[in-house]
Amino acid sequence: MLSLRVPSTSFDFPRFHAGDLERRWKLGRDSFLSFSHRRGFGLGVSSAKSETAPFTAAEEEALPEGLQPELMPKHVAVIMDGNGRWAKNKGLQPWDGHRAGVEALREIVELCGKWGIQVLTVFAFSTDNWIRPKIEIDFLLNLFERTLKSELETLAKNNVRISIIGDSSKLPKSLLKVINEVEEVTKNNTRLQLIVAVGYSGKYDVLQACRGIAQRVKDGEIEVEEIDERLIEQELETNCTEFPNPDLLIRTSGELRVSNFLLWQLAYTELFFAQELWPDFGRSGFIEALMSFQQRQRRFGGRKS
Amino acid sequence: MGGGGVSQLLEQIHMLSRRCLFRVLSMGPLPIHLAFIMDGNRRFAKKRGLEDGSGHKAGFSALMTMLQYCYELGVKYVTIYAFSIDNFRRKPEEVQSLMDLMLVKIKSLLDKESIVHQYGIRVYFIGNLGLLNKQVRAAAEEVMKATAENSRVVLLVCVAYNSTDEILQAVKRSCADKDVERERERVRLVDIEENMQMSVAPEPDILIRSSGETRLSNFLLWQTGHCQLFSPDALWPEIGLRHLVWAILNFQRSHSYLEKKKKKKQL
Repeated sequence: MLSLRVPSTSFDFPRFHAGDLERRWKLGRDSFLSFSHRRGFGLGVSSAKSETAPFTAAEEEALPEGLQPELMPKHVAVIMDGNGRWAKNKGLQPWDGHRAGVEALREIVELCGKWGIQVLTVFAFSTDNWIRPKIEIDFLLNLFERTLKSELETLAKNNVRISIIGDSSKLPKSLLKVINEVEEVTKNNTRLQLIVAVGYSGKYDVLQACRGIAQRVKDGEIEVEEIDERLIEQELETNCTEFPNPDLLIRTSGELRVSNFLLWQLAYTELFFAQELWPDFGRSGFIEALMSFQQRQRRFGGRKS
Repeated sequence: MGGGGVSQLLEQIHMLSRRCLFRVLSMGPLPIHLAFIMDGNRRFAKKRGLEDGSGHKAGFSALMTMLQYCYELGVKYVTIYAFSIDNFRRKPEEVQSLMDLMLVKIKSLLDKESIVHQYGIRVYFIGNLGLLNKQVRAAAEEVMKATAENSRVVLLVCVAYNSTDEILQAVKRSCADKDVERERERVRLVDIEENMQMSVAPEPDILIRSSGETRLSNFLLWQTGHCQLFSPDALWPEIGLRHLVWAILNFQRSHSYLEKKKKKKQL
């Protein structure tokens, strides 16, 4: 979920760029996926060429010490909170915070791909965010559209499948077109499924599932008595994946809330609240979250005897 | 006699200082609704080398104390996760002993000296009550009936409860609603919400889960979208005033931010 204030007129770009380049260089050394290739967002962000090796599908990275492969979560969900505060703390503009946020997301997507996590769901834009000023919403949706376009080739090459969930009725047509294209092009990819929640909320998902079921009842396809939890799960928008329920939910920036992101799917999800703001989260934060997850005892209401 | 006098005095001091503390806390915003997942009773018994059942009894004691603090502070609604539908999967002996304990404790709520009368509590039992045995269900319904006129504070006891089950029942009722066919084309959010069993209370402001586990375990998924989550390491029988105060202080710190979001909330 993004926190953003209306951008003011001064565009303090160079300061962000310098620090960011240094960070990207350090990352570039570690990563082999061409995610780290900085092509920018089509906003005139000129990037230094990072040292990238061409991606080879067979490569996976060994897990960092302390993480056990058999205890890795299959599905990780993330609430990417704190971009606005990050920018404010650094004296940058809010949109710099969001762009730094996209960089942080790239890093996490890379790590998920390398470490065998199969589904990553990210909360990009909530139904609650629609009440923000139009200029903010336009910026965010525009950023999303540009990022999708610029990353499509990379994601396709890296065998990443993209799915978008949420209420698409309010999204601009150009964005919908890009979404359809991206989903279509990547639909057969198998390494990692990246689910982006845009215009989404947990309650909205249950409501639309309920509407779908009500329609099927009306059409005589099913009886009311036949409605069960499995049926609801089939109608939820997370039906686009084999693993609809996250094992681990990470929320950054220290807020101790779920904020209506996923609802039904979070019944038994382990929650991890990280203090860092999203752009600072990165590899070390992710490792910490995974370690915490692996140490937890999951009982699902039963008893561990 | 001296010993008794001292402990009485200590208790008076404790109560007075607690009242003072609550006065101070109530200068800031207070939560209207608190929810508790009372986790850790069995681990407590194991830790102390007691038999299994004593953990739950200690847990009940801790619950009564916590309810007393909440209502003294001025919290109007308290919801507790007493028994999940998932818990039926435990060993039959354990399930039976929990049911027996619940029967005794539910009946005791009707006593004149019970906390129900002390604070004028209206009690609701929320869950798929049909899954309970006849006696427990009958006792629960008797308590609900007996306290229906109370209006000062409310206790919601979730028993044979699962959030997904609650949502499922609400979805079923919404789909079965004949009005949907006739008047409106589509089910609305408010239709589902009206059909939720927990609709008798506003959404919780704080959810406290003891024993350090940080997950919802299928409890109030619908109602905790914007709720502050707090998971102290203490096992449930070890939960005390300090945890409640800490949760409230944190709540007060983020309250203004939360309020803005709540006011602007749409589906």
